[in-house]
Amino acid sequence: MRHSARLAIGAVAAATLALSGCASGDGGSGGGDEDAAASESICDSADGDGPAIGLAYDVGGVGDQSFNDSAYAGLEKAVEELDATCEEAEAQAGEDDAAREERLRTLIDAGYDTLIGVGYIYSTAAYNVAPDYPEVSFGVIDGFNPTESQEDLPNVANINFAANEASFLVGAAAGLTTETDNVGFIGGTNTPLIQGFEAGYVAGVKEVDPTITVQTQYLAQEDPVKGFENPAGGETAATGMYDNGADVVYHAAGKSGLGLFDAVERAGQGNWAIGVDSDQYLTADKSQKPFILTSALKRIDTGVFEFAESVDSGKQLSGYVTYDLADGGVDYSTSNPKLSQDVIDQLDDYKQQVISGKITVPTEP
Amino acid sequence: MTTVRRLMVGAAAPALAFVVAAAVTSVVLVAAGDSPADFWRVLLSAPDPRDYVAIANATAVLYLSGLAAAIGFRMNLFNIGVEGQYRVATFAGAVFAGQALLPGALNTAATILVAMAAGAAWAGIAALLRVLRGVSEVISTIMLNAIAVSLVAFLLQKVGRRQGETFRTDTIPESSWVPSFPLVPGESSQVYGLALLAVVAGVGFAVLLNRTRFGFDLRATGHSESAAVASGVNVRRMVVYTLLLSGAVAGLIGMPELFGGSHAYGSTIQTGIGFTGIAVALLGRNHPWGIAVAALIFGYLNQQASPLGVTADISTEIIAVTQGVVVLSVVIAYEVVRRYRVRAEQAEVARQLRRERGAQAVSP
Repeated sequence: MRHSARLAIGAVAAATLALSGCASGDGGSGGGDEDAAASESICDSADGDGPAIGLAYDVGGVGDQSFNDSAYAGLEKAVEELDATCEEAEAQAGEDDAAREERLRTLIDAGYDTLIGVGYIYSTAAYNVAPDYPEVSFGVIDGFNPTESQEDLPNVANINFAANEASFLVGAAAGLTTETDNVGFIGGTNTPLIQGFEAGYVAGVKEVDPTITVQTQYLAQEDPVKGFENPAGGETAATGMYDNGADVVYHAAGKSGLGLFDAVERAGQGNWAIGVDSDQYLTADKSQKPFILTSALKRIDTGVFEFAESVDSGKQLSGYVTYDLADGGVDYSTSNPKLSQDVIDQLDDYKQQVISGKITVPTEP
Repeated sequence: MTTVRRLMVGAAAPALAFVVAAAVTSVVLVAAGDSPADFWRVLLSAPDPRDYVAIANATAVLYLSGLAAAIGFRMNLFNIGVEGQYRVATFAGAVFAGQALLPGALNTAATILVAMAAGAAWAGIAALLRVLRGVSEVISTIMLNAIAVSLVAFLLQKVGRRQGETFRTDTIPESSWVPSFPLVPGESSQVYGLALLAVVAGVGFAVLLNRTRFGFDLRATGHSESAAVASGVNVRRMVVYTLLLSGAVAGLIGMPELFGGSHAYGSTIQTGIGFTGIAVALLGRNHPWGIAVAALIFGYLNQQASPLGVTADISTEIIAVTQGVVVLSVVIAYEVVRRYRVRAEQAEVARQLRRERGAQAVSP
């Protein structure tokens, strides 16, 4: 083959690959629904004189009907009740902490003084930027303190959720509902955050009946795109579990969970899926709704709203702020009428036992 | 062709490519219902002082990545595995540095060598597969990328310690950090000290390529393998050496950030930089200066795109489209210009022949 021809072919192949690397990373930002959602962002019309909120998403952003959408719901509430103005910013695939810092600084330069990073990935950036801007408040969902000294900064709040407790309740719901004594769990990435969901879920199932089999699968080791932006992978994993005898499958996998809902619909009557973060019964397709038994609620909307409220009232939250079953920051949903009153009564009983400390829910599997 | 004309033809290719890229990006923006005017206003606005720092850091890292890819490309070896080599090397380096087996700067120097060795070793797998089993390096390096990402993530959970919701390796002792230097006076963000590795690597690449026997063999093999074999080049050995070298340079990519910023390998490490390096090398025509310009352009575009979402309500992802189109149009433009040049030279020769023949006809 002629030299330049081979080079050109190789170049095009390599370029395609490089771009597809980007493209797969962009996964979440495509799709008509989200674009529609983005163009109808409440921030376009908000013009109150309350806090100026900058919401920084991780890759994917609004449109996952789960984690990020829940944060957006909190933002809407802040606009309505606190007269807040706002701006949303989305991450680029594969970026480093410097890029996240730059995003926060850009928002500050644009006049936003209440910044919320949606996802622990903003922890380092927030702690790096915060000392330069003492008048700006930073909140990080699922955040942590990355500094060696572990000293709190007065203007940074790590908004944490006891997701293991909510997972415990939906685990119990799965245990009470399964007829095959076989249930499943699909995690996005095999990381501590998601392992907490698994630990709570398994504990809930076993609380009902220790002999029930729990199938567990993570979609990726740590690649967030393959873990949380991968409905096809979620569908494959879920179908495998249903084929393997499970009749209830719970996911903690963001947008990948939408694949679970496709799988449960195909598996048909008698099979169930459990949603996560938001009440996914409310946002699912009509044909899929009946299959969504319940959802483990992680009230990120509450976290976002209460953080904005605390800034607005001059008493900004800082350090670690943890929401759990006791304060309603995590919970399970009862909007599917197919979730029987009998099961709800038993779940509420478990809930009280967790709140009273009679049951301690593990955080690691 | 006259020198002036040749220069103009040479400049035509990149100029053409950028015009095409600008046009395509504008069309995409219009099709998506966004305003191209806003896009270009944000993109072409003067960067803030701290942006210069970010652009400099990004350029250094992209340059190393582009260089790693270019070393292979010069020999017609498509090392698509820079990403995997970079991850393995940075992880190995971070683990080694975190152990603090050596004091101060010695630890830093040793870590850089460890990272280069790890990157070279990872690329070496592809090299061995190529020379012993004839496996195309394109296929094997792509596969090795996937393995590297999962392997490092797995090992990180084994040897790393938990920090919040992430894992990271032990922090490098402060005595081994490389101080950053200010680019813009009075600005709190500074350029990584090891960004200068890019300069060292660039000079090394230029010298190696143009002033050594190895560089000559490398270019010769790239131009024509059979001719190289005929002139006594051991192509199999060249394949191994070149891929090892490419992997070693890939091992440098993570060093500026490791010693200047994060001081550990964590789950939030920058990803995709190895793939971007391929595009940078192509845009820079695998030439030491060309890659530098390409890295600067990519670094500038990335940085300037960052505020797009906030100030212009345009998704920052559009910049990936611009970068992709730039690379593709550069490749096409050079081919078009090459053909034009060949035709022009043919016409020139034909004209001269005609003239000579005419002269012969006239003279008895």
